Amino acid sequence: MTLLQLENVHAAYDESQVLSGVSLEIAKGELVTLLGRNGAGKTTTLRTIMGLLPPRSGRISFNGQAINGLAPNRIAKLGVGYVPEERGIFPSLTVSENLMFPSWGRGETGWSLERIFHFFPRLHERASHKGSQLSGGEQQMLAIARILRAKMDLLLLDEPTEGLAPLLVETIGTILKEIKGSGLTVLLVEQNTRFACQIAERHNILYGGKIVHTCSNDEFMRDTEIQHKYLGV
Amino acid sequence: MEPVFLFSQFFNGLVLGCIYVLLSLGLTVVFGTLGVVNFAHGALYMLGAYAAYTVATHLHLNFLACLILCPVIVAGIGMVLEKCLISKLYKLPHYYNLLLTFGIMFIIQDAIKIIFGPEGEPFNIPDLLQGAVNLGFMYYPKYRLFILVVTALLSGGLWLFIEKTRLGAIIRAGTDNAEMADALGTNISWTFTLIFGLGAGLSGLAGVLAAPIQNVQPAMGMDILVQTFVVVIIGGMGSIGGSILAGLVIGQILTFSIVFWPPGSTTLIYAFMALVLVTRPRGFFGRVSFFE
Ligand SMILES: Nc1ncnc2c1ncn2[C@@H]1O[C@H](COP(=O)(O)OP(=O)(O)O)[C@@H](O)[C@H]1O
Ligand SMILES: [Mg+2]
Repeated sequence: MTLLQLENVHAAYDESQVLSGVSLEIAKGELVTLLGRNGAGKTTTLRTIMGLLPPRSGRISFNGQAINGLAPNRIAKLGVGYVPEERGIFPSLTVSENLMFPSWGRGETGWSLERIFHFFPRLHERASHKGSQLSGGEQQMLAIARILRAKMDLLLLDEPTEGLAPLLVETIGTILKEIKGSGLTVLLVEQNTRFACQIAERHNILYGGKIVHTCSNDEFMRDTEIQHKYLGV
Repeated sequence: MEPVFLFSQFFNGLVLGCIYVLLSLGLTVVFGTLGVVNFAHGALYMLGAYAAYTVATHLHLNFLACLILCPVIVAGIGMVLEKCLISKLYKLPHYYNLLLTFGIMFIIQDAIKIIFGPEGEPFNIPDLLQGAVNLGFMYYPKYRLFILVVTALLSGGLWLFIEKTRLGAIIRAGTDNAEMADALGTNISWTFTLIFGLGAGLSGLAGVLAAPIQNVQPAMGMDILVQTFVVVIIGGMGSIGGSILAGLVIGQILTFSIVFWPPGSTTLIYAFMALVLVTRPRGFFGRVSFFE
């Protein structure tokens, strides 16, 4: 069953067109990626889905409902969770306050605080620290935990491994697999192709403002030409 | 000079400082969260004073009723202003901010002149708070002490509200990163309306409190606005603690310069501001400099 669908989505910042007809489909429970070179428009795609950058044209539907043109907070209430590249942790809120953030929006809560602290012991230790005092890895965990707390249906995750030490990258991978097991659908943006291949089932390749290729993980790993042509690896 | 005289001047400085604290708190919270420098803030202060005059003189309600009712009225006016006009500024260049809020200030001021006349209205200290209290070493007017107590309670309450409550956490989140708060399901436009209303309400309260000790007249907001900006800039734009400290300091500087060197009383606070900005461009506790 389709959870998220983009049809011919165009998006631009003022004069510069970034997305020129993105079409994309994600089924419930999938963990799929959006791959592309630096500046291809991956972040722009996520921001457009989230409503932070309203599309110029095209249609975005979530759970069968059109969401293009809705305010970000409305889209969040429908069950779309967003973890931006910069993690978006509120520096002047404590870890606990950051976690309470979106939970009232949907009238139903996801993971309990106990479960989150059990799963992310590091966050438990730092529960009363301010967001500004967290390391990059801790911020990433908190940003993901925040979405779990809110019981979202879809997680838009922008380069979660960026700037993290190899050990932490592995931890994030484990967390994502576990999260997928719990039924959450994930759209992952990654520059780290190796990491993406370890956890994703399917890849979408963004090039020239469009999705030029979509394939299963196995296919993608075999097809080095695609990797070279569109991603430069 | 007698110590009692100096003490009473010190208290006068505190009371004046309290008015600045209440005014600058609203201004600084609105700036810190919405990024709007509200030049109509003084006009809202004046509205608070006129609301108190109207409620007391025409509706014959007591001062306590003024104290509760008038800030709510001014907060309501502020919320309407934010929804209809101020909210349009968030996506526009900064000079629109100046033009719009200045315009609002003049409109409010002239509307008051048309309704109440340009000469001002009398407002007496409420009966219950008349007279003086024996502090042991001196007598001090009851009403002025009352202002000190209300300001202290209110500053403490505001701090608790912002640091310890859920709504306070939303306000801090909106200040940190409004876009992210929105993406996490917070209706940020209503949060902004609420914050502007809060700032307006604080300004209105300052107006009610000041009504019995200053003249209730149309220009009262304009006069105090410039000093309030000095307070906010010295305290650090967006900083609550900074506003409180700077408000009290400016109150003292103004009061004592009038006592010891009257000709310099209007310039001294600007000299002090220059000194602070040279050594600390962001003011006492500011996160960004006014000129950044
Ligand atoms: N706020 C912005 N204003 C103008 N152009 C932008 C903005 N953000 C991104 N861009 C441009 O849009 C293009 C796509 O950016 P982005 O979506 O961040 O790419 P990616 O995430 O794939 O690296 C880039 O050319 C970038 O320069
Ligand atoms: Mg990006």
